[in-house]
Amino acid sequence: MTDREKILAAVAQNQPESSPLPNISFFKGDEAGIVEKYINVLTTIGGQVIQVSGYDDIAAWITEHYSADQRLITALPDLKTAAKLFEPVTTGHELADVDLAVIRGHFGVAENGAIWITEELMGHRSLPFIAQHVAVVFNKSDIVPTMHEAYLRIGETEYGFGTFISGPSKTADIEQSLVLGAHGARSMTVFLLG
Amino acid sequence: MTSEAKDHAQLADIFNKDEARVDWHDETLWWVRAKRDKAVHQLPEWEELREAASQIKHNVLSNLNSYLIQFEAQAQANGITVHWAADGAEHNRIVHELIKAEGVTRMVKSKSMLTEECHLNEYLADNGIEVIDSDLGERIVQLAKEPPSHIVLPCIHKKKEEIGDLFHEHLGTPANLSDPQILTEAARVHLRDTFLTRKVALTGVNFAIAETGEFVVCTNEGNADMGAHLANVHIASMGIEKLIPQRKHLGIFLRLLTRSATGQPITTYSSHFKKPRPGQQMHLVLVDNGRTVQLGREDFRNSLKCIRCGACMNTCPVYRRSGGHSYHTAVAGPIGSILAPNLDMKKYADLPFASTLCGSCTNVCPVKINIHEQLYKWRQVIVQEGHAPALKKVSMQAMTWTLGSPSVYRAAGKMGRWVMKYAPFAINNGFNPWYKQRDMPEPPKESFGEWYRKNR
Amino acid sequence: MRVGLFIPCYVDQFYPGAAIATLQLLEKLGVDVAYPAGQTCCGQPMANSGFEHLTHGCNELFIKNFDGFDYIVAPSGSCVLHVRDHLHDEHQEDKAKDIRDKVYELTTFLTDILKVKSLPAKFPYKVGMHQSCHGQRGLHISSMSELVAPSFSKPGSLLAMVEGIDIVPLNRIDECCGFGGTFCVAEEAVSAKMGKDRIDDHLEHGAEYITGVDMSCLMHMEGLLKRRGSKVKVLHIAEILNGIN
Repeated sequence: MTDREKILAAVAQNQPESSPLPNISFFKGDEAGIVEKYINVLTTIGGQVIQVSGYDDIAAWITEHYSADQRLITALPDLKTAAKLFEPVTTGHELADVDLAVIRGHFGVAENGAIWITEELMGHRSLPFIAQHVAVVFNKSDIVPTMHEAYLRIGETEYGFGTFISGPSKTADIEQSLVLGAHGARSMTVFLLG
Repeated sequence: MTSEAKDHAQLADIFNKDEARVDWHDETLWWVRAKRDKAVHQLPEWEELREAASQIKHNVLSNLNSYLIQFEAQAQANGITVHWAADGAEHNRIVHELIKAEGVTRMVKSKSMLTEECHLNEYLADNGIEVIDSDLGERIVQLAKEPPSHIVLPCIHKKKEEIGDLFHEHLGTPANLSDPQILTEAARVHLRDTFLTRKVALTGVNFAIAETGEFVVCTNEGNADMGAHLANVHIASMGIEKLIPQRKHLGIFLRLLTRSATGQPITTYSSHFKKPRPGQQMHLVLVDNGRTVQLGREDFRNSLKCIRCGACMNTCPVYRRSGGHSYHTAVAGPIGSILAPNLDMKKYADLPFASTLCGSCTNVCPVKINIHEQLYKWRQVIVQEGHAPALKKVSMQAMTWTLGSPSVYRAAGKMGRWVMKYAPFAINNGFNPWYKQRDMPEPPKESFGEWYRKNR
Repeated sequence: MRVGLFIPCYVDQFYPGAAIATLQLLEKLGVDVAYPAGQTCCGQPMANSGFEHLTHGCNELFIKNFDGFDYIVAPSGSCVLHVRDHLHDEHQEDKAKDIRDKVYELTTFLTDILKVKSLPAKFPYKVGMHQSCHGQRGLHISSMSELVAPSFSKPGSLLAMVEGIDIVPLNRIDECCGFGGTFCVAEEAVSAKMGKDRIDDHLEHGAEYITGVDMSCLMHMEGLLKRRGSKVKVLHIAEILNGIN
C-alpha cells in the first residue's frame, strides 16, 4: 500500500459518524462608522491611513516623502509620474532594492485593518513583501465590516495567490516588545480614495 | 539530550530554582493572555464563533476521508504536487528528495510545528542539508541549539540580553546589545540575505481548503512569503487535520486565530497559496504521523481540532511557571499534553499529570477542545496501560483500602491526626514534598464525625 | 426537605470547623440535615491520579450512604464536581444517576435551591475571595474571566449579604492556586509557586482573610501563609456565612 492508501484507509476506518456543517450566515458585522473604524484599527496596529480625493494627491505625497534616487515602483499607471511603472520581472530578486511599492487593493476590512490583494495587482508576488515600504490604494466605499463579509465578497473568484495584509511587517518575539519591520515592509500606508 | 530522561516535575523543579525568572516568564505570558481577553471581549459573538469553529472542525474530522480526496484533486488541478507521508520519517524523506532534486544543500524554512514534531532539521542536517529558520523567534532558538518553548512565541523563555549574546556570537553584532529594535534589524539583514539566496523554501500550513485546493499561511513577520515567493521550489508541510471545507470558513478561523494567540485582530499577512508562480514548483506534503490513530480514539479525537494558537499555553498557570521545555515535546503546554501521549504513551506518561485540571485551557480554546477533560482521561489510560510509577500504585491501593471501609477510615484518620499532633517530625520533614514550602494543617481535637456523634 | 450532609474526608479530618459551620448554617435555614456516619471519601484523589478504576468501593459506599435524600450538600466544589461527573455503579446506575443529579455544592444550594435572600452574619474584615477552579469552571458557580459572558458569582452574592465584609479586588480574579490534588506533591515546585503567587495577590490588596468554597485550596494556601509567618487566615465560606463571633 502507498502512504496515500494507508492514510485514507485509516481515516475512513477511524473517522466518526458524519456531522453537518453549522450555518454561519448569521455572522454579520456592523456597517455603522465603518471608515472611522477601519482607520482606527489600522492605525492602532502600526499602519498609516491617508484619505485622498484622487491619484494626484497620492503622487504628491510620494514625491514629498521619497527622493528621486530611491527605487519607487507602482503597479498603477495613474501614478507613473511619481513612481516607475512596474515592468515584468523574471524573479522577485530583481525587486530586492525597491524602497517603495505602490499597489492597488481590492477592499479593506474594518475589524482588522486588512486589505485583500491578489497577485494580478502586485506585479510580482514578492513585491508587497520585499519592498522596504508598501502603499496600497483602494476606494473608501470598498470597506467591509468583518472577515465574513470579506469572504462573501471574495466568493469564488479565481486567483493564483491572494493575501490579506494588515499593517507593516512586525514581530514581538524578543520579550514581547513590538518591533515594526521584521522581514516584510517596514511601513504600510493606505490611501483611501474618494 | 540529558533532559529527555527527566520528567515534567523534575524539569519544572529546575526551572523554579530561579524564582525571579519564573515571575518574569509568568508575567510575560499573562500579559499575552490579558491582550487576548481584551480582544475577545470586543466581540459579543465570540462564544458563537468558537462554537461554529468547533462544529466545522467536527464536520471535517467526520468527513476527513472525502475532504482529503477532494483537496488533493483540487490542489493538483491548481498545479500543486501533493505528497502523502504516513509518518515523520516519510515526510522528512520526501522533503529531502525535493531538495536533492533541485540540486541544492540549503533551505529556508518558516514556522512549522509539524517539522518540529518530525525532527526535520536534525534529519536534514544529518544528510548534509543546512536549514535556516526564518521566524525571528525560531532563528533565535536555532542559534541557541534549543527547540522552541512555545508554538507561537518560540523564544519566550529567552531574555533580550541572552539574545544579544547569541547574535554577537553568530551574527557578528556588537557585544552587549539588548534593544529589541536593534536586534530585530540585525536579524532582518541576516535573513534577507538568506531569503535571496535559497532556492527551496518550506512553510507550514495554517488552513487548507478542500473546496478550492488552496492553503493559507499566516505570519506577522512576512517570512513565509519572503521565502516562498523568492524560491524556485515551495514545499508546504501540513498535518491532515488542517483541512477546512470551504473558503468562507476562513472568515470564522481567521477571526479566532490571532485574537486567541496574541490579541491581534489578524496577523499582518494571511496568504492564500492556490497555484505556483509561473516556473515555480509548489509541493504540499500531507502528513499523518499518528493523527489517524488519534482520530480513532473517541475520547481524544477532538484534540485534532487544534489550530495551534497557543492560547492554552498562555493561560495555563503551570505552563507559565514551568516553561515550555519542561514538557520535553515539540508542542508544549496543555494541548501538547493531550497530543503527545498519542505519539508515545510511555515517554509522555508524565504530561497529563502536569496540570491541576483547572480548566482555563478549555475556556480559552477557540475550537472548544475539552483539554482538561482529556487530561483527566489520559491519566486513566496511562495508568491502565501500566505506565504509572510503582510507588504511586501502592499508595493508591492503600488509599482505596482505607477509603473503601468506614471503620478502617476512622482508625486511619485518628492515627493521621495523632501522628501530626504528637510526632510532627514523622511528617514534617524534608522527605514530604508538602512540607518543603508549606506547613501542615493544625490537627483538630476531633474529626467532624466524632463531633457529630457527640452533638447531634 | 431532607438533606444528606456530605463532608469531604480531609474536611472531616482536618477542618471540622468548616463542616460544623455548614451543618449549623443549613439548620438555621430550616433544613432537615442528616450526616450519614458511614461516609469516607468520594474517590476523587484516586480518580484524578488515573485510578478511577479503583473507585468502585467509594462509589458503592457513597450510594449506600446518600441514597434516598432529597438533596446531598457538601462544602466543596471539587468533591461535588467529581461526584457529578464520575459517580457510576454498573449494578445500580439509576441510583448513581439520581445522586449525580441531587448533589450540590453548598453556595449553589443556598442560592439556587433555598434561594437565600439574607443572612444574619457579620464579618467586619477585609476578605479575599479565592475562586476554586472546580467549583467555578466545573460547576459554573461564578462567571469565568476567559469567557465572553455576563458576570455573576453565587458565593459572591452570598458574601454580599454579610454585614461589614469588605471583599478586596484581585489582579487575577480566577487564577488557580496550584493545589490540584496529588499535583501538590507530585509537582511540588510549580504547586508551591502557584500558591505563593495567589497569596501575594490577596496580601497586596490587604486581605485579612482568604475564603473560598473549597477547603483543599485553602489548606494549601494556609500552609504557605503559615510557613512565611503571615497573620492572614483562611476560612471556609460556610464559616463566614454562618457568622463567626
